[in-house]
Amino acid sequence: MRTSPNVRGQQTEVMILARVLGNIVATKKNQRYDSASIMLCQQVSPEGDETSMTVLALNAVDAGVGDTVLIVQEGWGASTAATGKAGAAIDSAIVGVVDYVDLLKDE
Amino acid sequence: MQLARVIGTVVATVKNDSLEGRKLLVVQTLNKDLEPNGKPMVAVDSVGAGVGELVFWCRGKEASFPFKREDTPTDCTIIGIVDSDAHVTQRPRSAN
Repeated sequence: MRTSPNVRGQQTEVMILARVLGNIVATKKNQRYDSASIMLCQQVSPEGDETSMTVLALNAVDAGVGDTVLIVQEGWGASTAATGKAGAAIDSAIVGVVDYVDLLKDE
Repeated sequence: MQLARVIGTVVATVKNDSLEGRKLLVVQTLNKDLEPNGKPMVAVDSVGAGVGELVFWCRGKEASFPFKREDTPTDCTIIGIVDSDAHVTQRPRSAN
């Protein structure tokens, strides 16, 4: 799988596939998303193999632990999806639960 | 957004006007098992975090959104404090 990690080992501004590992509880957070749940996710390859990158994302679609999800990593789209309004200080949101990925078979 | 531990503070007397009064903290990004991952970074604080606390940060232009002055020059801002290490839960994956 081709990746383009930046200096922080994190991919920037692309949609990724990830698996939901769990959630985190933060009482003190930016008030623009006080009621949202924050999920701990691990990026996976299209084949379903886990990569080393973990990311926190706001849950906009009620994804549960173990689900494979689609995460948008661009702030405007992420905040619109997760809070209903642009301009919240978040950079990742879960915007879809993946049923399956169809890949071309290796010849 | 990533989990991180606050490991220090930065003191900078001369800085951009819009950073006046802002707290600069050194954060170490963590992986899912709360082990250090990558190099420490400097982050602007927007929630009142302190050294030793488990926090999460936001990168990019969105990092400036917590501040009234959205031209605040930051690309890494602490946007939440995790209640405790035990509040990062990983439930085992179901069998199916």
